[in-house]
Amino acid sequence: MVKTNINLFAEGEVVYTDGGALAEFAWLLVVLPFIAALVITFVGKNLPLKGAEIALGTIGIIFSYSLALMYLHITKGVANEFFINVGSIGQFDIEFGWVVDGLSIMMYFVVGLVALLVFIYATNYMEGEIRYTFFFTSLTLFAGSMLVLVSSPTLIQILIGWELVGVCSYLLIGHYWEVKDNSSAAMKAFITNKIADVGLMIGIIILALNTGTLRISEVLYQATHDYPAIKNIAFAAGVLLFIGAMGKSAQFPLHVWLPDAMAGPTPVSALMHAATMVTAGVYLLARMFPFYQGIANDALDIVMLFGVITLLTAGLIAIVQDDLKKVLAYSTVSQLGYMVAAIGSGAYTAALFHLWTHAFFKALLFLGAGSVIHAVHSNSMLEMGGLRKVMPKTFSTFIIGTIALAGLPPFAGFFSKDEILASFNHEGETTFFYIAVLGAFITAFYMTRAVCLTFLGEYRGHGHPHESDSMMTTPLVVLAVFAAASGWVNIPGVYTGFTKWVTTRKTPIIEYHPESFDLFALGLGLTAGLLGISLGYYLYQLQGSAETGDDKIKIEPIWKVLENKYYIDDFYFKFIIDPIKINIAKAVDAFNTNVIDRFVNGFGQLASFMGAVVYNSIDQNGIDKVLNMSSSGTDSFGGKVKLLQTGRTQQYLMLFLGGVVTISLLILFII
Amino acid sequence: MIVQPVLVVAAALFSLGIYGILVRRNAVMVLLSIELILNSVNINFIMFDTMLADSLMQGQIFTIFIITIAAAEVGIGLAIVLMLFRNRQTANINEFDLMKW
Repeated sequence: MVKTNINLFAEGEVVYTDGGALAEFAWLLVVLPFIAALVITFVGKNLPLKGAEIALGTIGIIFSYSLALMYLHITKGVANEFFINVGSIGQFDIEFGWVVDGLSIMMYFVVGLVALLVFIYATNYMEGEIRYTFFFTSLTLFAGSMLVLVSSPTLIQILIGWELVGVCSYLLIGHYWEVKDNSSAAMKAFITNKIADVGLMIGIIILALNTGTLRISEVLYQATHDYPAIKNIAFAAGVLLFIGAMGKSAQFPLHVWLPDAMAGPTPVSALMHAATMVTAGVYLLARMFPFYQGIANDALDIVMLFGVITLLTAGLIAIVQDDLKKVLAYSTVSQLGYMVAAIGSGAYTAALFHLWTHAFFKALLFLGAGSVIHAVHSNSMLEMGGLRKVMPKTFSTFIIGTIALAGLPPFAGFFSKDEILASFNHEGETTFFYIAVLGAFITAFYMTRAVCLTFLGEYRGHGHPHESDSMMTTPLVVLAVFAAASGWVNIPGVYTGFTKWVTTRKTPIIEYHPESFDLFALGLGLTAGLLGISLGYYLYQLQGSAETGDDKIKIEPIWKVLENKYYIDDFYFKFIIDPIKINIAKAVDAFNTNVIDRFVNGFGQLASFMGAVVYNSIDQNGIDKVLNMSSSGTDSFGGKVKLLQTGRTQQYLMLFLGGVVTISLLILFII
Repeated sequence: MIVQPVLVVAAALFSLGIYGILVRRNAVMVLLSIELILNSVNINFIMFDTMLADSLMQGQIFTIFIITIAAAEVGIGLAIVLMLFRNRQTANINEFDLMKW
């Protein structure tokens, strides 16, 4: 694939400042959540809001700080990085630090805003739930881990943040671990991520060994200046890093954990899908983008291929899901496919722009879904319907989120999706371009289906749903504003501030950026979105599915495949998990009991035998005997001598007199 | 100045006192014997004081001290004996063996 890049920001032309004191103290963003988590753990339960106030306060500070950074960045442009050396392993300096540049500030802002709104929402949503304080500890840690990751100037800190995010997601997905399914989902998420993490880890090791440094900026410098050592391993390292990103960003075929992660409480899903976890993979690819584009172009083709596969397959599964949250989960997977594919096509800004808008409208949709679930006490859309009348606020904000996701102007998703399509078109990826357009159609269709089944028609569930508390609807309204307006920061030909924000980095980004709307891509994308909405509305509203809740368009064999998620889970179970469980695990178990345990037991027995020998011979017969003899000797001697102590005064005097006489005689006759 | 007879008298008194302490069973008699010893010492002091014609008369002053201490000692001693007698209905010194092992 030949890239035709227009060099917008040639090296040396990027205008930025060092950010001053505000950048210097940006470490607070990373450290505060961890301190807060500690405080909540130790004193949270005794506070009036059970620790939620500390979490809220911390995230409020973080959001304000990121807002200040954002302002500074928009007005002046900031790109700086700070390092703290904590030691060295061999030739490698282990450094932690923080980056303050366009990409990081954008992520700080997204994490800060979404986390703040989710935290506010969660104080109400989780009220009275089990482990409330611990939930906020984990949530704060979760946000903090993501900040560790996005603030990282070194590969080692990326890895640490990466794993921390994984652990926190495990804790939060398994929040209701008393139910087996939930703890299994948590474990599935953790293990799937762990498998991908191995790729990341090997990738980092390869990069470090061939560049001699762990600093990302230096790796990127070497990559963009044609160092031979890094050039040789560029493809391998690029693919391995992408495998890591596949896990966190849920790319096919490692996407299986994300839909199951819906087992966690809804605020967790919102946070995870919008800001703190699934964006990590896209962030990593964006952070390493100069590396990919400079020397690992072949790896980018693979990235794009997987991105496109993901966006299509996940979108199709979303059509057949009955669980509202799962529809949104597959939607997230599909949108992540867009982002990854955009990175793969070399559209750095487009990918990050979609990440940015997606964060807001997907958080909105999840929180809206949470509000609905809170009201009807069920995840299944079959037990919803007709909620438009009883939950007007949730309904109207959800509609805004849906339109933003479906990509209709002037809402956020329109601009970002259009930019991705335009970039595909520009790169000449015709097949992928049409698949992405098809994906846009599918997106619009399944979201319309979800809206129809949830909000339109008649109520099919039990009980009496009612609108949620203002603590829950206020974040929805705020997010709705962002879902509507966050796309206006990057309108080709009008205002392209976002491009400037995210490309202001120490390593310059070289990429294509459209000067004006690509009318062909725009037209097709818009048509696809409108068609999807119309078809969805026709099938589910006008045909009356919304009344009954059943699907009119079931095409049996295809639906069966989709409902079984292409049998990927079954494949994993049959060919990976079960063989491991039955053969390897058993063999390991046998090895363990027969060899290792026996060895360990043998050692134990040997030690016990030697102990007995030492006890009997040295301790009992040697040391103890000496001690006993000395004490019994003293005892018997004392027993005999004490008889002198008769208590008779005259006897004492007699002895005394005898002594005096003896001494006198001695003095008289001897001296 | 006749020295020898006086020393003999003092030595005799001392020996009598020792004998009394070691042999008498009655605590009061033991106390009496102690007085004998003290007085034999007093005689010695007076005798040597006179013989040496000490201008400071230290021997006589010492004698007065000893008489004073003896009076105090007898007071305490008799009080002890009295209390013991009240508790044990006896003044036999051999039965006062509370300090035995």
